[in-house]
Amino acid sequence: MSGKPKLHYFNGRGRMESIRWLLAAAGVEFEECFLETKDDLAKLQKDGSLLFQQVPMVEIDGMKMVQTRAIGNYIAMKYNLYGKDLKERALIDMYVEAVIDLNELLMTHAFQPADKKEQHFATIVDKATNRYFPVYEKVLKDHGQDFLVGNRFSRADVQLLETLLMAEECKPDILAKFPLLQSFKARISNIPTIKKFLQPGSQRKPPLQEKDVPKLMKIFH
Amino acid sequence: MVGKPKLHYAKGRGRMESIRWLLAAAGVEFEEEFIETKESLEKMRNDGSLLFQQVPMVEIDGMKMVQTRAILSYIAAKYNLYGKDLKERAWIDMYVEGTTELMGMIMFHHFQPADTKEKNLALIIERATTRYFPVYEKALKNHGRDYLVGNKLSWADIHLLETILMVEEFKADALSTFPQLQAFKGRTSNIPTIKKFLQPGSQRKPPTDEKFVAMALKVFNS
Repeated sequence: MSGKPKLHYFNGRGRMESIRWLLAAAGVEFEECFLETKDDLAKLQKDGSLLFQQVPMVEIDGMKMVQTRAIGNYIAMKYNLYGKDLKERALIDMYVEAVIDLNELLMTHAFQPADKKEQHFATIVDKATNRYFPVYEKVLKDHGQDFLVGNRFSRADVQLLETLLMAEECKPDILAKFPLLQSFKARISNIPTIKKFLQPGSQRKPPLQEKDVPKLMKIFH
Repeated sequence: MVGKPKLHYAKGRGRMESIRWLLAAAGVEFEEEFIETKESLEKMRNDGSLLFQQVPMVEIDGMKMVQTRAILSYIAAKYNLYGKDLKERAWIDMYVEGTTELMGMIMFHHFQPADTKEKNLALIIERATTRYFPVYEKALKNHGRDYLVGNKLSWADIHLLETILMVEEFKADALSTFPQLQAFKGRTSNIPTIKKFLQPGSQRKPPTDEKFVAMALKVFNS
């Protein structure tokens, strides 16, 4: 039975956003089922839909897939966004894993207690501009190609763009010292499927607002 | 140039241990270079060996690979421990991510302050016995086969065994209500390459102790 993938999560970015990005970039239409209350989550847990009692969960190709990375890997492979061989996959994995690390920092910012927020922000900016961005800037500089790996659009490009945009939401001039990342951002944003996803009305979710944090904590804690 | 993979990490389990397990299970000999001081870590950072300034780092097939999962995925695929197709890979990934979460809790536990350690341990055991172990118990029961996925040894089995043994170090009878997992543990431990790795004198590292935690905080905390 082939239907559109169906995403189960709350109506926000969280751990599902990278999956939305990947599906959208691959031009795959998908449906979403939003958890609004603790009961919604409990229902899914009780009916055996969630292998480890957690979301994200994506119904795809007859499976109820869980675990963000497993889902991301599957989609990337299926839609040829994972390089042409083992070595390209290795590079893509390295780049994606680091981006995930930076994403974690960005994602957890909204949940920081007020007295830790400023320090956390400083850490984000420090890591982004000293540890992560220089690597991707150098990769692009060294090979001079449009895409991170194998001169071909891959999952690494999608996830990096997602993170660059999130980082800019945090600090608008965060890419000031990274000219190649700036042109990468513009270039990848213009890919038709991604351009569409970046337009209002798409399934891309807005940044988490502080006012939404308590509601989230109620569902997941 | 084909040489043995070379592992760069502290002399302890941490994030490198799953990599040691996978290489050992695959029957691949490897070398290790232990980072014992902040200076040696800085040296590696300065000479460009560490893509994101962090370890684990594994020199393999002409690459200096970093990021634990990237390294593990590469090894699993290279040594045919990643299933035969996309769907099997999906299941292996899901199972491995589950055990990775549980192992992550254990890793994190070692760095907890003394006053929260006991509560944290109780949470680990609770999660192990109510969230994670039941999944693998059920998987084995449902298909009745020796291995988790595709009737063949895979990364998922190796990772599960590693996790089971780690949990048992905290609570020796953690598997008491999981007969399938007990049999799985017995069976998988007897696979020659794994049996060898479980013997004294192998490159398997001992349980994390306070000394390791202190060193790790000193050398790696940045």
